Amino acid sequence: MPELAVTLRHLERRFGDFVAVNRISLDVRKGEIFGFLGPNGAGKSTTIRMLCGLLEPTSGQGTVAGYDILTEREEIKRGIGYMSQKFSLYDDLTVEENIDFFSGIYRVPPEKKAGRKAWVLDMAHLQEHRRTRTGLLPGGWKQRLSLGCALLHEPRVLFLDEPTSGVDPLSRRSFWDLIYQLAGEGVTVFVTTHYMEEAEYCDRLALIYRGELVALGTPSEMKGELMADQVLCVSCDRSHEALGVAAAVAGVRDAALFGRDIHLMTEDAAGLAPRLRQSLEAAGFQVDAVERITPSLEDVFVSLIEARDRAEGAQQEFRA
Amino acid sequence: MMETVRTQALTRRFGELVALDQLTLAVAEGEIFGLVGPDGAGKTTTMRLLTGILEPSSGEAWVDGLHAVREAEGIKDRIGYMAQRFGLYPDLTVQENIDFYADLYEVPKAGRSERLERLLAFSNLTPFRRRLAGNLSGGMKQKLGLACALIHTPRVLFLDEPTNGVDPVSRRDFWRILYQLQQERVTIFVSTAYLDEAERCNRIGLLHQGRLMACDTVEGVKGLLKGALLEVRCESPRRAAGVLRAAALGSVALFGDRIHVLAADADRGRAAVEAALQAGGIPVLGLQVIEPTLEDIFTSAIPEAAHA
Repeated sequence: MPELAVTLRHLERRFGDFVAVNRISLDVRKGEIFGFLGPNGAGKSTTIRMLCGLLEPTSGQGTVAGYDILTEREEIKRGIGYMSQKFSLYDDLTVEENIDFFSGIYRVPPEKKAGRKAWVLDMAHLQEHRRTRTGLLPGGWKQRLSLGCALLHEPRVLFLDEPTSGVDPLSRRSFWDLIYQLAGEGVTVFVTTHYMEEAEYCDRLALIYRGELVALGTPSEMKGELMADQVLCVSCDRSHEALGVAAAVAGVRDAALFGRDIHLMTEDAAGLAPRLRQSLEAAGFQVDAVERITPSLEDVFVSLIEARDRAEGAQQEFRA
Repeated sequence: MMETVRTQALTRRFGELVALDQLTLAVAEGEIFGLVGPDGAGKTTTMRLLTGILEPSSGEAWVDGLHAVREAEGIKDRIGYMAQRFGLYPDLTVQENIDFYADLYEVPKAGRSERLERLLAFSNLTPFRRRLAGNLSGGMKQKLGLACALIHTPRVLFLDEPTNGVDPVSRRDFWRILYQLQQERVTIFVSTAYLDEAERCNRIGLLHQGRLMACDTVEGVKGLLKGALLEVRCESPRRAAGVLRAAALGSVALFGDRIHVLAADADRGRAAVEAALQAGGIPVLGLQVIEPTLEDIFTSAIPEAAHA
């Protein structure tokens, strides 16, 4: 039985009549990198606020780093680290001054301060730049410093909010290498993001929608068995005009342009492909290729949400 | 080919900093062109230079046949520009915001209400016309910003990171609208920091530290990657990544439960990966050649170009 860093059981939060988080249950293992996805207003932030000890649940139970989210909220606040996309560093302070400042905020014991500072400077490769004004650092460096500051008090669970948004891909990759290293040392990492490029780096993902947990699995599972639809990619001439024809073929759930190609969602890619080619050619289009492609995480995300919307719609009709 | 946007060695300095360094590119009429790069790459500077808001330090640019400096006023009538923080008035309704922009752009009263109805329908905002802009969701605000930028029927649309902070569902909606506009031959010049979003453009320019590193179709840019990209799925991926790095098979990147290995040759790479993991006692669950993403290109091809 692996050690659990986060456990949630039927976690619920209401604001008046509005159910922001609807009885969510999940476990995150120690050392796991867990991605938490969902559209705006899905209940992501409300969940995170409860996990960080900032908001009391209406009902349900949970633990974070071994502390109870109902009764040990102060301990949780001290035991977790948090880094947001808008790194809360002070641009006018030097690298070293920022570290000292956050050391104070996080109440790092005096005898540990020097050691922790050295650790951050080393981890972020900023030894040579300790006296540089933070505002002058390139984005990727600031981000490593920000991560270091969030880790000064040696938290066991680290929350990251779109940590590499707007950072160049090289810096993003080296940032995630740091995160994998931390996770290897037993730090549990909880990531919230809108960007599927970041989600791809997680060990496991949860998709939350309308306050409910809609899907839970590794990125590969999400693209495989958890994906309700299959995706066909069609390359043909005049794809703008072909879109309408393709969308009307029986069995096509959704059709959208993607660069010069058309992406189609369907339940049965193998059955649809020949019919689709036939319909497009009959309408005078020159079809270069119709092939099934691995869905992107964005395809998965949108498809799961639309499936939930359809189920909801059907239920409402049934009630009426 | 009719060129709607053209730049020639366009350069902008801010003191010591070269924000944009000798940008030369052309965008055809009716094209969706994506300017792709991280924060600080020079995307917004380019947008401002092309929209006549900022003057270049050197070099030239033309938009819809007009010179960006000498004919800047003329350009403003022909373009729509949605800046990153676009000016919506939160205490005006959706309709009042569009009306306000119609006045600002001196859209003739005749035909204005038809245009307004079309834009509302087009951006799926008709049911929300009387809602205060301040009470709209992020995705809806974006669509309203777009409707406002389109009120004077511009021929060229400049969108600076339009989907920043927007969730994937709204983002997909937004792109549907852009493709509709493209059918009306509107040229769209869009910037983004997100490489997955860039794949939706007809052509892209990769901008890094003020320099254009590559400019081509998405397929063309992907062709810059030399070698074969292998996706490995196996037990204990983190340990496996270490094993593969130690074996020096080529660049190795860990993505959760998968590992990407860039090998010079597909068959030999595959054999080498299998051998290394077997020696490390790690069972392989899957091993296949995959199409690189733009992120793979950026992390492998771009550093070489940058140091060339």
